[in-house]
Amino acid sequence: MDNRSPYIVDAPSVSVIMFKVLLALIPGIALYVYAFGLGVIINILLASLTVILTESAILAIRKLPIKVFILDGSGLVAAWLLALSIPSIAPWWIIVIGTLLCITFGKHVYGGLGYNLFNPAMLGYAILLISFPLVMSQWQIPGSLTENNIEWLDQIKIIMNSSLLSKETIDAMSSATPLDYIKTQLTLHQPLSVIQQNKIFSFLGGKGLELISLGYLAGGLYLLKEKIISWHLPVSFLASLFIIASIFYSIAPDTYASPLFHVMSGGSILCAFFIITDPVSGPTTPKGKIYFGIAIGLLVFIIRIFGGYPEGIAFAVLIMNIFVPLIDSLTQPRIFGHK
Amino acid sequence: MQFKNIFKFNGGVHPNENKSLSTSLPIGSLPIPKKLVLPLRQHVGRVAKLKVKPGDQVLKGQIIAEADGNISASIHAPTSGKILKISEEILPHPSGLPDFCITIEPDFKDTWVEKKPISWKKLDRSKLIEALSQSGIVGLGGAVFPTHMKLKINQSQPINTLVINAAECEPFITCDDMLMRERADEIIQGALIAQTILDAKECVVGIENNKIEAYEALKKAAQKTTIEIKVVPTVYPSGDAKRLIYLLMGIEVPKEKRSVDLGIQVFNVATVAAIYRYLELGEPSISRVVTITGAVKAPQNYEVLFGTPLSELIVAAGGSSNKTKKFIMGGPMMGFDLPSIHVPVTKAMNCVIESSPELFPAPKPVMPCIRCARCADACPVNLQPQELYWFSKSSQLEKARDYNLFDCIECGCCTYVCPSKIPLVQFYRYAKSEIIAQDKSKEAANTARERNEFRLARIEREKKERAERNAQKALGANEKQADDEKKSTIAAAMERVKQTQQENIKN
Ligand code: SF4
Ligand code: SF4
Repeated sequence: MDNRSPYIVDAPSVSVIMFKVLLALIPGIALYVYAFGLGVIINILLASLTVILTESAILAIRKLPIKVFILDGSGLVAAWLLALSIPSIAPWWIIVIGTLLCITFGKHVYGGLGYNLFNPAMLGYAILLISFPLVMSQWQIPGSLTENNIEWLDQIKIIMNSSLLSKETIDAMSSATPLDYIKTQLTLHQPLSVIQQNKIFSFLGGKGLELISLGYLAGGLYLLKEKIISWHLPVSFLASLFIIASIFYSIAPDTYASPLFHVMSGGSILCAFFIITDPVSGPTTPKGKIYFGIAIGLLVFIIRIFGGYPEGIAFAVLIMNIFVPLIDSLTQPRIFGHK
Repeated sequence: MQFKNIFKFNGGVHPNENKSLSTSLPIGSLPIPKKLVLPLRQHVGRVAKLKVKPGDQVLKGQIIAEADGNISASIHAPTSGKILKISEEILPHPSGLPDFCITIEPDFKDTWVEKKPISWKKLDRSKLIEALSQSGIVGLGGAVFPTHMKLKINQSQPINTLVINAAECEPFITCDDMLMRERADEIIQGALIAQTILDAKECVVGIENNKIEAYEALKKAAQKTTIEIKVVPTVYPSGDAKRLIYLLMGIEVPKEKRSVDLGIQVFNVATVAAIYRYLELGEPSISRVVTITGAVKAPQNYEVLFGTPLSELIVAAGGSSNKTKKFIMGGPMMGFDLPSIHVPVTKAMNCVIESSPELFPAPKPVMPCIRCARCADACPVNLQPQELYWFSKSSQLEKARDYNLFDCIECGCCTYVCPSKIPLVQFYRYAKSEIIAQDKSKEAANTARERNEFRLARIEREKKERAERNAQKALGANEKQADDEKKSTIAAAMERVKQTQQENIKN
């Protein structure tokens, strides 16, 4: 006879977990809208729509239950993370193509939920960055809405069809990211103290961006409280990024940005709580998580400072994804009663 | 209640206890049923040897099947009556397979054989163990290992600490709880006897902090003794012996060792109470407390004679309250579906739960593993259940073994917390049985090979001997003799060839 014990379970379903992750992104998204307008919402909607349609099609071809696997929410999480990673004024087809690639090559070619080797959102991001480097580096100027009197309608226009706008408007809206700006200015031998006087900088990181980071931080703390993620990844990643940045900063503060700037800029906080915490493509052992977080922190810093791209998160994560099986096998916890 | 000197183990879960369902009423008793069905194997070890035949009259407490060797336990008649038949019956066992049972038709006089209490304080230890080997007592916590063997251990290994397992960590089960509330004295006395026999320096009782009444009762009963009652946190599976030892003493029983190797022996509360009853009152193991709970109308604990049909217990508990009539033996974490409501109550039956869709909803559809590692966090053994699952599922059995599959205690914590609703433990049970089967067939193949090699070597040797003998003969003997010799050699050789052929066929 089949012994099916335990007869009781008490676990949130995969859907509940994924929807809590989406919920945790809301504060960051709200602050994003506050700082940069509605562009990000359009991108999220486009990404959501694309992911649902693409996944439905793929699931139908693979003869898997569509409803179950759409409602598990994992596709939406990847799509939202991608939408939050790309410039909010990128043309609409960027997020559509990105999501398509992310969900097919990041997830379903490996066998779908639970089987992907790479972080799907970061895979999509990396492909976009390599394929469309120009578009992917055109970020919106923070506060451009208020200071330059640009209407939110223009934002929709720039995403949907930028030819509807004058070149001046577009220029008034876009700039490089703070990380990018530092990088290019440093090659022009400007000291950091001068560079950071540009209007896109603010107290901690980039103007507006630091605010969004605080939103992500709030969401991340919620995920910790709900025990959806464990502390190992965010803490080890942020600590390693902070420490290596401190070392460089203390040696040459005019060439290297402050550790706090590194933590609060780019996608550091999003990465700490939402990206490297993807369970499927990350390590499972507590020690493994710590090594993984440390390694990504170091790689992010190295790519930001010495690499060809201003932001290193996507590549750092993808590189470390390859080592996950190795990390796991080397960090097996001591079993009860074993030496 | 405060935790003093408690060592928490990693993992574990906190399922809804559902214990109060069956603790509002005292331990009840059942009328003697119309028949009693007693399996010859209710314990770990060798099947008991039949001592009666159909038609025999037996008295209550009389041995009807005797322990066969050391690792075995006797079966006693739970009441007086007539042996009706010896037959195969369905048993309360996960296999659902029938096994030999003695059926007694009670005469309802309930006449005892002459009880022979044993003044345990005066007898020496080996005598007590010998006496207990007739008691029929086995581990009543569910392990059903013959108790006298566990007491005998100190003849080969000194025992320092006797641990009394009063944790009862599985939800729903309250038989030990009620026993402690009502018969704390028997338990403490039994523990003292066990401590004396084991010559253990100390005795600790480990009880979860959700059993306040039981704790108070034990505390009171143990007042004048050196027995320590230690409260452990309510976390499943605190009642697993190795986990309990860790909670109480901070000692991890090393891999492939038993607690006795470290001088620690563990008994369940009901087992020591049974030891007391046997020595002090002369009553062998003929009944136990069973929790009947879940969806039945009136959950309660009952003192039930072994062999009582489960259906009688269900009737006593007000009958079943839903149509499915599904019953689980044991707790919801490690129990199993009973094959029928007509199985007899046995020494291993601590609890029967009537299942219902509300209590135990049908399993949800299984999703792929998302590697969230919740299972690893919940595993009290620190295994990586998600890896074991992966290896079991893809039949990488050697890998599963390398990842310590055999350390898994099948507690079910991993399944309990899995968001993807994967029945992990079922995969482990399957993988374990597969590995064991493979090992066995490998072993069989090895023995066959060895046997064959041995035979070939023998043939070779014989051939050589023959040649030598012939050579010698040829040297000195006369022709006739040589001829005779030759003839007989040929005959012998023919005989051997025939034999070999037969052997070959047999192999
Ligand atoms: S809890 Fe379930 S889904 Fe999570 S890692 Fe374990 S087996 Fe996989
Ligand atoms: S059933 Fe095995 S793997 Fe699962 S939690 Fe218990 S010991 Fe760990």
